[in-house]
Amino acid sequence: MKLLLLIVPCALALAPWVYNRVEPQLFGVPFFYWAQIALIPAAALATLAAYLMDRR
Amino acid sequence: MSELNWEAASVFIAFFALVTVLGFIAARWKRGDLGKIDEWGLGGRRFGPVITWFLLGGDLYTAYTVIAVPALVYAVGAFGFFAVPYTILIYPLLFAAFPRLWRVCRDHGHITAGDYVRWRFDNRWLELAVALTGLIATMPYIALQLVGMERVIEAMGFRGEGAWSHAPITIAFVILALYTYHSGLRAPALIAFVKDVMIYVFVIAAIIIIPAQLGGYGEIFAKAEQAYAGKAGAGLTLNEAQYWPYITLALGSAMALFLYPHSLTGILSASSGDAIKRNAIALPAYSIVLALIALLGVMGHAAGLKLDNPQDVAPRLFLMFFPDWFSGFAFAAIAIGALVPAAVMSIGAANTFTRNVWKPFIEPGLQGEKEAFIAKVVSLVVKVGALAVIFLAPAKFAIDLQLLGGVWMIQVFPAIIFGLFLRRFDGRALLAGLIAGLIFGTWLVWGPKLTPITPLPGAGVGVYAGLYALALNIAVAALLSAMISAAGRRAPQAVRVGD
Repeated sequence: MKLLLLIVPCALALAPWVYNRVEPQLFGVPFFYWAQIALIPAAALATLAAYLMDRR
Repeated sequence: MSELNWEAASVFIAFFALVTVLGFIAARWKRGDLGKIDEWGLGGRRFGPVITWFLLGGDLYTAYTVIAVPALVYAVGAFGFFAVPYTILIYPLLFAAFPRLWRVCRDHGHITAGDYVRWRFDNRWLELAVALTGLIATMPYIALQLVGMERVIEAMGFRGEGAWSHAPITIAFVILALYTYHSGLRAPALIAFVKDVMIYVFVIAAIIIIPAQLGGYGEIFAKAEQAYAGKAGAGLTLNEAQYWPYITLALGSAMALFLYPHSLTGILSASSGDAIKRNAIALPAYSIVLALIALLGVMGHAAGLKLDNPQDVAPRLFLMFFPDWFSGFAFAAIAIGALVPAAVMSIGAANTFTRNVWKPFIEPGLQGEKEAFIAKVVSLVVKVGALAVIFLAPAKFAIDLQLLGGVWMIQVFPAIIFGLFLRRFDGRALLAGLIAGLIFGTWLVWGPKLTPITPLPGAGVGVYAGLYALALNIAVAALLSAMISAAGRRAPQAVRVGD
C-alpha cells in the first residue's frame, strides 16, 4: 500500500496517453497543462499519506 | 533596450548587496568550527526540515531552470513541459531512498557519494569513477548559472564590448567565491531564504498580472496555438512521436537529479532522515512554481514577442508588463537564484574532489583543518573554471556539456541506489557497468549536433540516451556480478544497510 502511494502518481506522470488532450479546459488552460500541474500537489498528498503510514 | 535601465538596476544591486552581507554573516549562524570539512561543506548536518526546504528549493530550482524551461516551452510548446512530470517523479524517489542514504552517511561520516561507495563496496576505483562523473557533470551546470545570470543583466540594458560584457558576472562570482570560502554551506542556506521568497513573490505576480493584461488564459493559449502552427515538433499538445521522448527524458532526468554532488550536499546537510521525508512532501510547492514559470513561455506568444533567443522570453515579459523597479526585483531573484546553486555546486564539487580524489590518491593522511582548507581552495578553482568556460567558449558549449552531464550522471544510479537495497552487486562489476554506460551514452549523444533522444531499434520510438546507456550499464553490472559470485570471488561488502 505504501509503495503504491509512491508509485501511482509517478505512473500517472509518465502516462501522456491520459493527459495529452486539450479538453476539458480549466479557466482557458488546456487539460494537458492543468492536469499535470494538479498532479503535483496530488503526488505530494500521496507521499504525505505514505509518511503518516510509516509513522504508525 | 540599449540604455541601462537604472531603476531596475538599482533595485537589483540593492538586493545583491543584501545577500552579500548575508553570505558573510552566515559564518556565525549555527556556529561551528569552519576548520572542519563537515562543518564548512555540510553545515555540520544541522539543518532542520525548514532550512532544508529553503536550501534544497534554492539549490534544485536554479536560475538556469527559470530561464530555460519557459524558453523551451516558448520554442516548442507542450514538449517543454516535460520538466513537470520530471519534478513529480523526483520526490517519491527522494522519500523512498534518500533517508536511508542519509543515515548511512551520518553513521559513518560520509560527506559525498564517493565516500559512501568506497565504504559500501570497498573499491577505491569505483569511488574515483563516481567522484569524477559528479565533478565533470557539475562544472557545466555551474557555468549555466552564469548564463542565466547574464540573460537578466542584459535585459536590464547592460552592454559591454568583448571581455567587458562579462564584467558584471565576474564581479558577482568573485563576491560569491569569497563568501563561500568564508562561510561554506551556511552562506547559500541563509541566502536561499531571501531568494525563495523573492521567487514566490514574482511568480505569483506574473501569473496573475500578465494573463489579466493579455485577456485571460483562453486568449493566451489560442494565440500560442497559432504561433506553434506549422512548426515541426511544436504544439499545445504532444504529437505521438513525442510520447516516449517526453516520458524517458522526464524519468532519466529525475533519476539523475539527486545523484549530482550539489543535490547530495543539500540532502546530507539535513539534520535527520525525517527532515528529508518531510521535504519530499513539502518541496513540490516549488514544482508548482516551476510549472507556472513554464507557462511564461506560452504567454510570450500571446504578448507578441518575436525572439531570436528564446531564453529572453521571461525577462522580456517582465519588462513589458511590470514597472521597472519590479522587473529589477524579479531579475535580482533570478540572479540570486543563480548564486545559491552555484555556491552549493562548488561546495559539492570541492567536497568530492577533496575526499575522493585528493585524499585517496595524493594525501592519504589528509584530515582536519588541512582537509577543510583544500576543499575551500577547490571551491574557488571550480568557480574560476566555470568563469573560464563563459569567457572562452560559446554558451552552446556549456549547454551541450550539461546535456552530456545528465547522461553521465545517471550512470552512477546503480552504484548508489541499488547498493542501498541489494547485496547482489559487486563493486568491480558496478565499475565496469558505469564505464560501459558512460562510453555508450556519450557515443549515442555525439554527432554534429548533440541529440539526447536516440531511436530505439525496431520499435520506431525515440528514447532518452541516458536511460538507454543505463540499461547497458545495469546489464553489464548484473552479468559480471553473477559471474564473480559464481566463481566464488566476491569482494567483502559493508554490512547490510538495514532499516
